Formats: sequence, structure tokens, C-alpha cells
Amino acid sequence: MLEIKNLHVKLEEEDKQILKGVDLTVEAGKVHAIMGPNGSGKSTLSYVLSGKDGYEVTDGTATLDGEDLLDLEPEERAAAGMFLAFQYPVEIPGVGNMTFLRTAVNAQRKARGEEELSAADFLKVVRAKAKTLKIDADMLKRPVNVGFSGGEKKRNEILQMAMLEPKMCILDETDSGLDVDAMKLVAEGVNALRDEGRGFLVITHYQRLLDHIKPDVVHIMANGRIVKTGGPELALEVENNGYADILAEVA
Amino acid sequence: MAALDQTQVKEGVDQETVDAVAEVSTYKYGWETDIEMEYAPKGVNPDIVRLISEKNEEPEWMTEWRLAAFERWQQMEEPNWAMVSYPKIDFQDQYYYARPKSMEVKPKSLDEVDPKLLATYEKLGIPLKEQMILAGVEGAENAPVEGRKVAVDAVFDSVSVGTTFQKELQEAGVIFCSISEAIREHPELVKKYLGSVVPVSDNFYATLNSAVFSDGSFVYVPPGVRCPMELSTYFRINAENTGQFERTLIIADKGSYVSYLEGCTAPQRDVAQLHAAVVEIIIEEDAEVKYSTVQNWYPGDEEGKGGIYNFVTKRADCRGDRAKVMWTQVETGSAVTWKYPSCILRGEESQGEFYSIAIANNMQQADTGTKMVHLGKNTKSRIVSKGISAGKAQNTYRGLVSMHPKAKNSRNYTQCDSLLIGDKCGAHTVPYIEVKNNSSRVEHEATTSKVDDDQLFYCRQRGMDEEEAVALVVNGFCKDVLQALPMEFAMEAQQLVAISLEGSVG
Repeated sequence: MLEIKNLHVKLEEEDKQILKGVDLTVEAGKVHAIMGPNGSGKSTLSYVLSGKDGYEVTDGTATLDGEDLLDLEPEERAAAGMFLAFQYPVEIPGVGNMTFLRTAVNAQRKARGEEELSAADFLKVVRAKAKTLKIDADMLKRPVNVGFSGGEKKRNEILQMAMLEPKMCILDETDSGLDVDAMKLVAEGVNALRDEGRGFLVITHYQRLLDHIKPDVVHIMANGRIVKTGGPELALEVENNGYADILAEVA
Repeated sequence: MAALDQTQVKEGVDQETVDAVAEVSTYKYGWETDIEMEYAPKGVNPDIVRLISEKNEEPEWMTEWRLAAFERWQQMEEPNWAMVSYPKIDFQDQYYYARPKSMEVKPKSLDEVDPKLLATYEKLGIPLKEQMILAGVEGAENAPVEGRKVAVDAVFDSVSVGTTFQKELQEAGVIFCSISEAIREHPELVKKYLGSVVPVSDNFYATLNSAVFSDGSFVYVPPGVRCPMELSTYFRINAENTGQFERTLIIADKGSYVSYLEGCTAPQRDVAQLHAAVVEIIIEEDAEVKYSTVQNWYPGDEEGKGGIYNFVTKRADCRGDRAKVMWTQVETGSAVTWKYPSCILRGEESQGEFYSIAIANNMQQADTGTKMVHLGKNTKSRIVSKGISAGKAQNTYRGLVSMHPKAKNSRNYTQCDSLLIGDKCGAHTVPYIEVKNNSSRVEHEATTSKVDDDQLFYCRQRGMDEEEAVALVVNGFCKDVLQALPMEFAMEAQQLVAISLEGSVG
């Protein structure tokens, strides 16, 4: 599904190489986790895959179901099925959460040549999905992320994911700033979306999220590369011993 | 789940924005109707003033009123304090009167109406039935009407070509007609109120308007009457080099209520056109008037060629106690805008509100705001201004809040927000505050922000293209004002916001 080969990325504004040859394949139906110390390039990888400005790809490729992602505009990648749950969801004052969701859903449907959802159909789907994430009517009405608590923002990201039904979901430190209950809710939301046609890339610092979202594969990223790949036990190893041992081992 | 249902309505509105972006790529109303026009010779002088008066079959007192205004105008100088610059206007190189020839004889049926005139209305989105009435088809008023009621008085260049829903309004006692008709049919009202809010000598453009106004709308709502429908006027400048000088007079008698909508479009043209309107509103005791404008005159092209010069004087006089006026404007068009809808709060406990969205893109210049003049005790005013600048445009908010010595315990709240798109545009806020008593309170808040790259990326990651994303963010920024508009206008306004900002990013 998602195939990244030898990806090299530098900052556009300064001569600083962030990703130095990332190779990664996420198969449909699988959950891959990326762990790694601060500054290893995890978030950059998520931004480059979703098309944020400010980065320059100097080498390598990234494809989704064979389609070259790096040539596409962010909205084209979204329509192709790429979704990023933001580490810091952005506030949009004055724009109702529901309005935002419906605009996004219909923009993607339109881009794929599908019928737009009617207001009534949309409402039905949103209500059902919001309920499982404990998002109430008031939160759907409030402006996007404005005044939301950390937990509300992350639940809102998962609601967007549920509504957009992407093929490939990247979760960038979705557990940061969450208490245990909120993390459980978010994890349940993600698990409900696990499907044989959908791939997940979960970026996290901590094992505890992976207790709830059980990964199939765990990668350790350091200094712009994936340095070690293994099963769920690798995450436990990090939790117990930190990164130092692994980094020493691969150095 | 009432709350959610409400959201659903809002959903539909926003979809319009999205569709509008997808559908339209240039100035949507930039077509010209090729109808044989009747012109007065170019330029302005007492003979032209007399001719306009004569064409409107006006009584002698009106002709004299105009001539006095013209004399006054000749001694006045064009103001230059606004933050706008434009080539000097040659006032003798303008047509001051133009009208479609087909209006000389009233058509008997739709077949006799110039089809091009009807096509013009159709493009403006006026329903067919109303088109018939507007085109002056006899008996059209009696045909059944579907849907929501909005009475329309369309001004096609200089002549008001027809007024719909006359009958029902008449039953309620509301007079809604062209100002030229009012001058003929209701001289006592016109004599009493015309020029009583905006005096003949008020300012250069208002004085010129007083001399040469060719038509406009007149509304009188009798005491205690709640006008049964929204009243609406479409203004269109069609003929080349015609200044459009319309004059609107609205009188809300004691305890009455009326909501008035004004929409404008003008065809695309290389030569800049002049528009100088005057709107006067009189609000008596316990009466309320809502006046909403969506102005999308042609703004000129990307290099600043062409477009409308819009110099407008709008003023409401809250004469009676507890009188209330609300101005809402969405200004997206015109090359140059010079406009300050004002409220004179004379009656005790009278209230004035001003909600404004002003968008300036490309080379547009807007200098707009309001004046709140507090004369009576316990008067209240509220100003919410949202200025959006993109391209190389300059957008200025200029507002006066004046608390006179007798206006004890009065309040004003002003919120003035500017949004910048790109780094070549400008936003300016010029508040004038005068407080001449010690029991009144004035609050002023101003913010300036930029459309944030992170916001745009967030929207695009969710599937919206860049223009959709900008439209969404900007509509969010304007929400407080959009909410103040009547529903159908809010939809049009959202579309306009999207359309007028096309090409402003990327």
C-alpha cells in the first residue's frame, strides 16, 4: 500500500538534511508503529508524505497503491486516501466543526468523481460516528478545535479520519497530551477503523499507546533513518531500556 | 437535537460557497445587455438637471430643489481625505441619464418585453414571475407566485422598471415604489423627508446626487405596521459611462418594522464608472429598520483597469425614542469605495448597529466604516467591522464615535478586525472617538491577523483545494457579520467572499 524508498529530505530554507534514506512499506490491513528519540525525523516523515510546504525531497520515492505521492498537491493526496492525524490540530475560528467536516468530505468525494453527500445523509453518519467517540452535539457545532481540550482535539482528529475513510492513516503522536481515559477512547476509535483494506502508521514516543493499538510491526527511527524493525516486542524493549541500547547496537 | 438541526441549515449555506468556487472563475456579473438606450447628452449643467426632472415628470418644486443643489455643488470641492487614490474624474465626461428605450411604452405581455432585459434579470437570479413584473408587463401582479416573498424594485440604469408585490404591500399600507413615482404620488411625504437626513449641502457627492439623481427607491411604513416581506432593490449599472445616481428614502413611522435589501452588480468595463448614491432613513419612535447591502460592483481587473468608483452617503436618523437601525454591508466590489453608513442616535435609548465585511483584492481600494453620533440619553451603538485585504489592495476602516454632552449614559462597542492574505496588501484602522460627557463609555478593540499557512495546510490535508480553504477560513473570520444578514443574502455573501478572493493565494 504505502511504499517509501530511499527517501531523502532537507529543509527548503536551510541546508539541513532531515531524512537520510528512509525505506518503509506498510501493507494494507497492517498497523506499523514508528518510535524514536526527539529529532529523529518522525514528524518530518508525516509532513512530507502529506505534502506540507517547507521540505525538499532530494532523493527517493513515496507511492500509495503505486501512485506517486510526492508529485501531488496535499488535497490530491488526501483524495487519494492519505490522512494525517495532526500532533497539534489547527484552530479555525468561526468555522463550525460540522461545516469543516462536510466541506472536507464533499471536496474529496468531488475530487474522486463521486456524488456529494446530502445534508441529511451526512448528519446521520456524523452523529453515529461522533457518538462512539463521545463527541457531543455541542462539540460538532463549535468552531474547529477552538477552545478544545487536548483530548477533544485528538478525538476530533479521529472523527475526521472516521468520516473521510482514508486508505492510509498516519497518526502523529496522537497520544501526546492525553490522559489514560482519553487515550483509550482514541485507541478504540482507531481500532474500530482497522480494516483489511487500510494501513496505519502510528508515530509515538511511548509504548502505552501501543498497548491499546496493537501494532503488527514496530520500527525504530534515529537520525533520519529506520535503524531497526521488529514485532511488538521491540516497543516493550524501548519502554524498558530506552533507545540507547538499540542505537548502540546499530551504530 | 435542535442544535444539530440548526447546524444542518448552516451546512447548506457553506456548500454554496464551495460550489461557487468550483463554478465561477471570473467576475460573474460582467456581461452587458445590448439594449437600445436613450441617453441625455454628456456632462452636467442646469439644462441636464431640468431634463432629468422633466423625464421623471416631476413637479416644479422638485426641479427647483435639484437646481439649488446643482448651484451648491458647483461651489464645492471634491474631498481628498480618504485613503484612496484614483485619476481625476471629469464630471463633464459622464452621462447623467440613460434608460432602456423599450420603457417608453409599457409592454402588454411578456412577448413584448425586450428579451434582453429579461435575460439580464435572469442572470441576476430574479425569478421569472418577478421578471415579468419588473419588465412592466401589465397584469403580471395577478399571476400566482411561488416561494418566499421578497418585493423587488429593480433599477436598470436610471429608471426603475417596475415594482413587484405592490398590491400586498398596499394592503398593509406600506408604500414601496420608485422615488420618481413617490415624488409624483406622495409629494407630501417626499417634501417632508427628502434631504432631512442628508442635507443638500452635506458633501460633494451627496450634493451632486441631489442635483442629478435619476431614480431610486422609496419606502414608507405606517405606524405600527410590520412590513409583511423583505423589500429588495437590485441596482445595476449597464450603460457605459453612465454615472448611476440613485436616491433611496426609507421612512419607518412609529412602532413599525422593515427589512430592506440592496444588491448591486455592474458589467465589466475598461473605463471606470462613477456611482454616487444617497440613502436616507428616518426611524420614528419604537420603529426598527434593517438595511442590508451586498455590493459587488465590478472591481476592475488585476492591473486596476476599470471598475466602479463608489462614493456613497448613507445615513439613518433615529428620531424617536427607542428607534433602532441596523446596517449590514458586504462590500466586495468597486475599484474605489468611499462609504460610511451612519447612525444619528437622536431619540433616547435609540440604538445603532453596523456590521461590515469589506473585501479588497488585486488593486481595489476601500475606505469604509461608519459614524455613530450619540445625541440622546442612554443610546447604544455597536460596530463590528471585518476587513479583508488580498493582492495589492488597501483596506481602511474609518469610524467616528461621538458622544455629545446630552448623550448621558450612552455606550459604544467597536470591534475592528483585519485579515491579510499575502504580503503586498495593507489594512488600516482609523478610529475617531469624541466623548463630551462623563457618564458614557466607548470601547474599541482592533486586531490584525494573517491567513495562516498551518490553517491552509490543515484544510488541504483534509481534501479542500487552496481556494476552498481560503474561502472557508475567511468565511469563518466574517462569521459575526454574515450571521447578521438575512438568510438568502448570507448565502450570496458567502459566495461573493469566495469569488472575490479567487487567485489571491498561490
